[in-house]
Amino acid sequence: MSEHLIILPIIVQAIIAVTLLFFWRKPKTQRVLSIVGSSIAVIIASMLFGTVWNQGTQVLQLGNWEAPFGISLVGDTLAAALVLLTSIVALVISIYSNTNMVSARVKFGYYAIFHFLIMGLSGAFLTGDIFNLYVWFEVIIISSFVLLTIGGRKIQIEGAVKYFTLNMLSSIVFLTGIAMLYGVTGSLNMAELSQIIPTIENKGIVQTISLVFMIGFGVKAGLFPLYLWLPASYHTPPAAVSALFGGLLTKVGVYALIRVFTLIFPLQGLNQDILMIIAGFTVFFGGIGALVQKDVIRVFSYLIICHIGFMIGGLSLFTEIALVGAVFYMFHDIIVKATLFMIGGVFFRMFGNTKLYNMGGLMNDYPRLSLLFAIPLFALVGIPPLSGFWPKLSLFGASYQMNSIFMLVVFIFASLITLIIIAKVWNNVFAKNARKTEKLEKLKYYDQFDLREKSAMIIPILMLVCVILYYSIFAEHIQLVAERIGNELMNSDQYVEAVFNLKDEAK
Amino acid sequence: MEILLAIMTGVLYAGGIYFILRRSLVKLIIGIVLLGNGVNLLIFLMGGLVKGKPPIIPEESHHLEGLYADPVPQALILTAIVISFGLQSFAIVLIKRAYKVVKTDDIDAMNKTDDIE
Repeated sequence: MSEHLIILPIIVQAIIAVTLLFFWRKPKTQRVLSIVGSSIAVIIASMLFGTVWNQGTQVLQLGNWEAPFGISLVGDTLAAALVLLTSIVALVISIYSNTNMVSARVKFGYYAIFHFLIMGLSGAFLTGDIFNLYVWFEVIIISSFVLLTIGGRKIQIEGAVKYFTLNMLSSIVFLTGIAMLYGVTGSLNMAELSQIIPTIENKGIVQTISLVFMIGFGVKAGLFPLYLWLPASYHTPPAAVSALFGGLLTKVGVYALIRVFTLIFPLQGLNQDILMIIAGFTVFFGGIGALVQKDVIRVFSYLIICHIGFMIGGLSLFTEIALVGAVFYMFHDIIVKATLFMIGGVFFRMFGNTKLYNMGGLMNDYPRLSLLFAIPLFALVGIPPLSGFWPKLSLFGASYQMNSIFMLVVFIFASLITLIIIAKVWNNVFAKNARKTEKLEKLKYYDQFDLREKSAMIIPILMLVCVILYYSIFAEHIQLVAERIGNELMNSDQYVEAVFNLKDEAK
Repeated sequence: MEILLAIMTGVLYAGGIYFILRRSLVKLIIGIVLLGNGVNLLIFLMGGLVKGKPPIIPEESHHLEGLYADPVPQALILTAIVISFGLQSFAIVLIKRAYKVVKTDDIDAMNKTDDIE
């Protein structure tokens, strides 16, 4: 049983999604089923994480084909932790969708596609085969296209065209990389690839292939010259979809970069310098972009890009401490960004739009909600003891150790510009006096909601704020997990041994 | 044969990128289709071409001997074709919708999402 536990997060999501298809015209049933299913998924993901934590890396050879021939599912600590976070965010967003997603949209299969997307995410985290990773990426992007366009407003379609083009292009680049890699090594299993790559004498071709992968994943992650699809599309769908995208989608790209550049092509030389410079530019342009935007959702979209720079910066330093920082930052960022986009949805219901100059007076009108919303905003800046502060300790420490003044400046710049942006948002939304704006007749405002609708918007935010507080107060737990992940990533032998089941043979 | 396929792959990539850089929505999709076919050919080519040697183990022996055609790239291409087929059909519906709501197929006219108001 326990060896099959690793595939359950994928299968459960598939079962929920297919079950939901049978209730196509019954939004209410779908809403209940989705929440129940997501809760089960959280339980299974925590069981998987517990097993991985206690017994080490879990491996399942699909179809019982031995390791390099079939597809392996590998659950190391990083994958298991990300699957757990994904399932938590999915549960929270499926509750949030209750109010945020109108029934007309649910009737176009919102919940089913939503669970297919979560299935794709879990699969991408758990797979140990590079071509299988491509397939999961395609599952993710096709679901995200549908979620992005559901409703079909003009701005959504426009955003989707941009999102579609660049993501298709990145998939093609990724597939090109796989083709070249297979031509050179004759293998697709990531563990076997990590053994073959060092023995290849033609270092030039290895370098080229690794750069092709960097471009492919760079588009997904939203790295510097390739991020323009992100702010063009993330503000167009309803807040529940934005929260899912903002929290999880770019992080899959970051996960793939971390996996590929620790296991298959360990970072060194030119690649390391390129990633470092890209991380710097990503932070710079993300930060400056967020500063000039006048719409709160777009500010948050640019902040995603800015903070991707943190994780890639940590990866590019390529020491154990830096990876610990990068992974911890990723855990923190998934939760905080999802919360921020959900808060953006609440803003929209309060003010009728999300333009900064139209908002204001939140602290007077809703003092308790303001306190709730302040926690994720301050956590993002990294005000101690909130969660953004702790990974920065590792990241700053690692840049000192590596004597990398450049990365240190980048990290300081990112923290500072985040502070300025959040201060601007705080001033405009919370502190400034409320502006009199004309009410839209069609829109149901927040104060017209009944208790059930209100709680469906606020409870999910409350749940994620609790997770943020857990990160903040029990930071040593997360640090412990991150340290183990950092250790596993730097010593990829463990991963290879687990996949080829070498430990048992030695006994 | 390899040279021919390599040139073909290059042409498909070049043509695909050229079409993507054009301003028309329809040409954008054509570009993506061309690139998708180019990458499939590349996988086929990189898997190594072996003529007339199917990977079937003869009855009297237990393993394959000598050169044989690698079946894995063909499985990969099959998967990639199916996936790109699905995505392309979605893309065609998407551009039809885009043409209906934006009322032009000029990509430069689709600039509402990047406005800073």
